[in-house]
Amino acid sequence: MFRLIKDTLLSQAVTLWGVFRKLFVKADTVQYPDEQPYMFPRWRGRIILSRDPDGEERCVACNLCAVACPVDCIALQKAETEDGRWYPEFFRINFSRCIMCGFCEEACPTNAIQLTPDFEMAEYVRQDMVWEKEDLLIDGVGKYHDYNFYRVAGKQVAGKDKGEALNEAEPVDVRSLLP
Amino acid sequence: MFSFAVGSALSIASILLVVIVLAAMLIWVERRLLSFWQERLGPNRVGWFGIMQVVADMIKIFTKEDWVPPFADRLTFVLAPAIIMIVVLMSFAVIPFTPEVGVIDSNIGVLFVLAMASLGAYSVMLGGLSSNNKYALLGSLRAAAQMVSYEVFMGISLLGVVVLAGSFNLREIVETQADGWYIAPQCIGFLIFLIAGVAESHRLPFDIPEAEQEICAGYHTEYSGMKFGMFFVGEYLGLVLISSLITVLFFGGWLGPAFLPPIVWFSLKAGIFIAFFILMRAALPRPRYDQLMSYGWLFLLPLSLLNLLVTGAVVLGTM
Amino acid sequence: MTLLFYLAGAVAVIATIGVIVQTNIVHALIYLILSLLAVAVIFYTLGAPLAAMLEAIVYAGAIMVLFLFVIMMLNLGQNTRQQERVWLAGRGWVLPALLAAVLLAQLLYVLGGVEGMSAAEQVGVMAVGTRLFGPYVLAVELASILLLAGLVSAYHLARKTGSGEE
Ligand code: SF4
Ligand code: SF4
Repeated sequence: MFRLIKDTLLSQAVTLWGVFRKLFVKADTVQYPDEQPYMFPRWRGRIILSRDPDGEERCVACNLCAVACPVDCIALQKAETEDGRWYPEFFRINFSRCIMCGFCEEACPTNAIQLTPDFEMAEYVRQDMVWEKEDLLIDGVGKYHDYNFYRVAGKQVAGKDKGEALNEAEPVDVRSLLP
Repeated sequence: MFSFAVGSALSIASILLVVIVLAAMLIWVERRLLSFWQERLGPNRVGWFGIMQVVADMIKIFTKEDWVPPFADRLTFVLAPAIIMIVVLMSFAVIPFTPEVGVIDSNIGVLFVLAMASLGAYSVMLGGLSSNNKYALLGSLRAAAQMVSYEVFMGISLLGVVVLAGSFNLREIVETQADGWYIAPQCIGFLIFLIAGVAESHRLPFDIPEAEQEICAGYHTEYSGMKFGMFFVGEYLGLVLISSLITVLFFGGWLGPAFLPPIVWFSLKAGIFIAFFILMRAALPRPRYDQLMSYGWLFLLPLSLLNLLVTGAVVLGTM
Repeated sequence: MTLLFYLAGAVAVIATIGVIVQTNIVHALIYLILSLLAVAVIFYTLGAPLAAMLEAIVYAGAIMVLFLFVIMMLNLGQNTRQQERVWLAGRGWVLPALLAAVLLAQLLYVLGGVEGMSAAEQVGVMAVGTRLFGPYVLAVELASILLLAGLVSAYHLARKTGSGEE
């Protein structure tokens, strides 16, 4: 009997009081378009393609992001420059399908594709939600300031031979007996 | 003719107007209060503090397509939302707002309110049944059982007040409270009436007939446009009615220190209860259907009977 | 009051006819509720406000809700129309109608003999109460025992059996 009263009345009264006190608490939300809410840097919003510190495109068209994407909204085509660098010939994200899950960012080996804290992406025409590489590519480095894939990776390009990357040992000469 | 008196045209017209406008305003008041309690801002754009949101909502609801599904039972479908509006507005006829303002001064006021409340169940049931939709049917099944059950305790719980006042006349009940509100001797009756009142107007936490998360919108799943609006406003009217009834039965109606006019006292008390109902909506979770029923029949019914017995015994003993 | 009485009486009669000839069971039920409410108004005009309100609360408000409840549970809404139509189309209604007409004639004859029904004074709640718990207390108690017996047997029927099956 006592438990019943405790459960039915007391706990409800405590809840009511707890919620009532919120009347005197400052609201968590803001007047949105007039007042911008603080967006956390790791918010998963509009996707960008970043460049490395030298100003080159980071994306190496490895297609990992397109594979990781659960809704298959990334499409790209690989191309190659004369000096051996890979880059996407086109890179297309259909934002009307993208669910901002961030898997592409996780999958990307070069930190090229990144999600930003921008969510204001409404359009009147559905076709406008399909963004091409020109729309996606920014001039900065995004969240990773010093990372340059071609400087740390073993891939051979013009001006950087095998073994010249950062933290990379010289290639082993398998014909030599010297240590 | 143009002076306030019980039953005068001015009195009736102003009650009708105020009550309906108030019910419409409550749409905004409720949203605003809920948002405060949920640490949000709520609708505050249209007009001062968003008060014109009511007008915007009205325009929206009036211009929506008023659609009767082809598989529905047309006559009943159209009739159902009208019933709740009529029935609740009828109940206001016996509420004594102030010594001067009121529609009729009936000797059976309490019974009249109970009768109207029990007729209100038809609105929900017929609405759900005529929609010919599974969710609506489930909703109205739940509504039928819930409303019929809770009517019982509602009636019995306020009989304590009737015994103390010795009258079914709401106006006399208020007048006998001049030397002490009935909340003190009838606090158990008050609690039961409060709970039954929430269940009767199927507001949260007892909105089981329309539980969105379980059965879409329950009995008004198929309704749209102004018919839905009537259900909606009918619910708010019910809220105002229950608050006014609590004020009249347990908190001395218009009585209060003389520095404020009676109508202000009445509105103040009723307003507090309206806010309390909204607070309940913000805070309390919805019980399961069988919990609601067993709580009513196994706990509230014996309690209300006991309350009535003790009240009767005390009244007899002191007579 | 007299006008009100005849108006309510007409509504009651028409609604009751509606109950009989309606093929849609839900509509028939609505007519029945209407008829009961009309009877409540008649009670009121005859000076019995308590009976009027009880009629509205108990019959129109509770018992009819249970009827509706059963209709909902059995989902009788639309499919029974054909059946009802078939029933109404036959000659089956002639004999009951004749019998009812005889009863009506008798009723009219009896009512014709009654002199001056007066609705002058209202029988208040207090009067009914003192009567019920004064001279008629035995009847009230008997009725309550009957209801209690009904309650107990309903509980017995609805009880779960001990073996865990229902
Ligand atoms: S955020 Fe998710 S859905 Fe959007 S492009 Fe990346 S992987 Fe695809
Ligand atoms: S995973 Fe990164 S590098 Fe690979 S294609 Fe996608 S954006 Fe380019």
